[in-house]
Amino acid sequence: MPFVISGRADALAETRLGGGQVDKQRDDSGVIGVGDKVVLRDVRKSFRVDGRVTVALDGIDMVARDREFVTLIGPSGCGKSTLFNIICGLMEPEAGQVWLNSRVDGRRIGTVGYMPQKDLLLPWRSVLDNVILGPELAGVDRRKASREARELLPLFGLAGFEDSYPVTLSGGMKQRAALLRTVSCHRDIMLLDEPFGALDALTRSTLQDWLLGIWQRFRQTVLFITHDVEEAVYLSDRVYVMSARPAQMIKELTVPLARPRCRDMVATESFLSCKVELLAALGT
Amino acid sequence: MIEDPRKGARRGWAVPWERLSQYLPAVTMTVLLLTVWQAATMIWDIQKWLLPSPVQIGRAAVEARQLLGPHIWQTAKETLLGFAVALGAGTLLALAIDFSPTLRRAIYPLLVVSQTIPTIAIAPLLVIWLGYGIWPKIIVVGLVCFFPIVVSLADGLRSADPDLIALLQSMGATRRDVFFKVRWPGAMPAFFSGVKIAITYSVIGAIMGEWVGASRGLGIFMLRATNSFRTDWVFVAIGIIALMSIVLFLLVAALERALLPWYYTAEREERWEEL
Repeated sequence: MPFVISGRADALAETRLGGGQVDKQRDDSGVIGVGDKVVLRDVRKSFRVDGRVTVALDGIDMVARDREFVTLIGPSGCGKSTLFNIICGLMEPEAGQVWLNSRVDGRRIGTVGYMPQKDLLLPWRSVLDNVILGPELAGVDRRKASREARELLPLFGLAGFEDSYPVTLSGGMKQRAALLRTVSCHRDIMLLDEPFGALDALTRSTLQDWLLGIWQRFRQTVLFITHDVEEAVYLSDRVYVMSARPAQMIKELTVPLARPRCRDMVATESFLSCKVELLAALGT
Repeated sequence: MIEDPRKGARRGWAVPWERLSQYLPAVTMTVLLLTVWQAATMIWDIQKWLLPSPVQIGRAAVEARQLLGPHIWQTAKETLLGFAVALGAGTLLALAIDFSPTLRRAIYPLLVVSQTIPTIAIAPLLVIWLGYGIWPKIIVVGLVCFFPIVVSLADGLRSADPDLIALLQSMGATRRDVFFKVRWPGAMPAFFSGVKIAITYSVIGAIMGEWVGASRGLGIFMLRATNSFRTDWVFVAIGIIALMSIVLFLLVAALERALLPWYYTAEREERWEEL
């Protein structure tokens, strides 16, 4: 039976006490709120590895609401990336439902902006041509897309680098270019898969603040993957903790810190207690 | 404002010299070998028909220069046409292999087998089938050249990063988009490696084609020179063949640099020189 992790869970539980057909209907339609951008219900996925079946996702339930910054945290190899592949439509779940923008049917491909772990910039394209890849694939006029992208380059610290090849950029710049490419797709849901995982600590904290600035401006719904607890607390409105494979959501935590965030908060009591709670859930 | 004199000096002399000095070891080595060769033929008084000295070869080249023109032109024509055929056929085969796994399994083994058959054995058959015209030579060149082109392009197309393809698909890319925006451009460095190997073989292919039967070309010039014990002319022909191969190779390399500037853009690095 699916359960919904949200503020409405209690209300749902009450109606469920009534039992029967009515419940089922509610499950399929009524529960998805207008502001719920991403809703996963009992999502399951297994893979066959060397002839043996491995369960990657064992009934995942989660919600990300409009303009919310939600982070998924869990041990490495727990299936976070599989979950992202399912949300963005590259994979289909074996069972369960994926709601995007309150729709469960139809093609998910192209509805969310996806930024993978590696920067994956095309080495033969200049920074600008990489950035407009999404609009180009969507059939937007190249000149219009270029003009829009050029305006955003300074905000992403890439002014003056539009004609450079990715190989000449630093690690931080590559990630910023990759994020700009994702932003340029103009999706109101963005999936960021460990975007800062490969960066050194200093670049990383600079980019975290910068990402928050960007998000403050564009206000998409962000789903963020990391295995850094501090990063999770610092960036998010809510954090989901995933278990090791087969993955389930073992904890949901609302971060009580105010917006906009600043570095000083890292030392506050509420920040630390969030951190402790997450570490406990992760079993470290 | 006073110009820094060192600036001008750097532009005028230092930089080209730095670049030229790269070739210095190769030039020195070649000159050294030629000197040893020249000295050996003189010291042991080796006959010209057995092993001519570099100076004698040089004289023979001057002597034969008017004779050589049509032969060079003929061989060049065969080489370029044969290479064009190899490029076209090779690309099509690579695309076929890439298009379907079944075609890959069907074609790939045959390709490898085709390379185990000595070209020199097929050449006479080609003459029987196609006569003494230019076609047997073009086909021999094509046979010699197409294999590295097919293999490098097919492997290059296959080597595309699956994550990159997934990213494009997540943006709604079609199979066509993925091919033209990721796999084809990504295969170009490997493809050019194959083309460079092929072009180096191409002139030799034309020579082999001519040996079986021709009336003009550097191959036939060599054969006639050998039969009349003009060993010096044989060496002249060898020199020209080597030169043609090198020129063709450099042309391909220049084309590659022009078409794939991104591949030759240096990784971001600062060089710290000790003072």
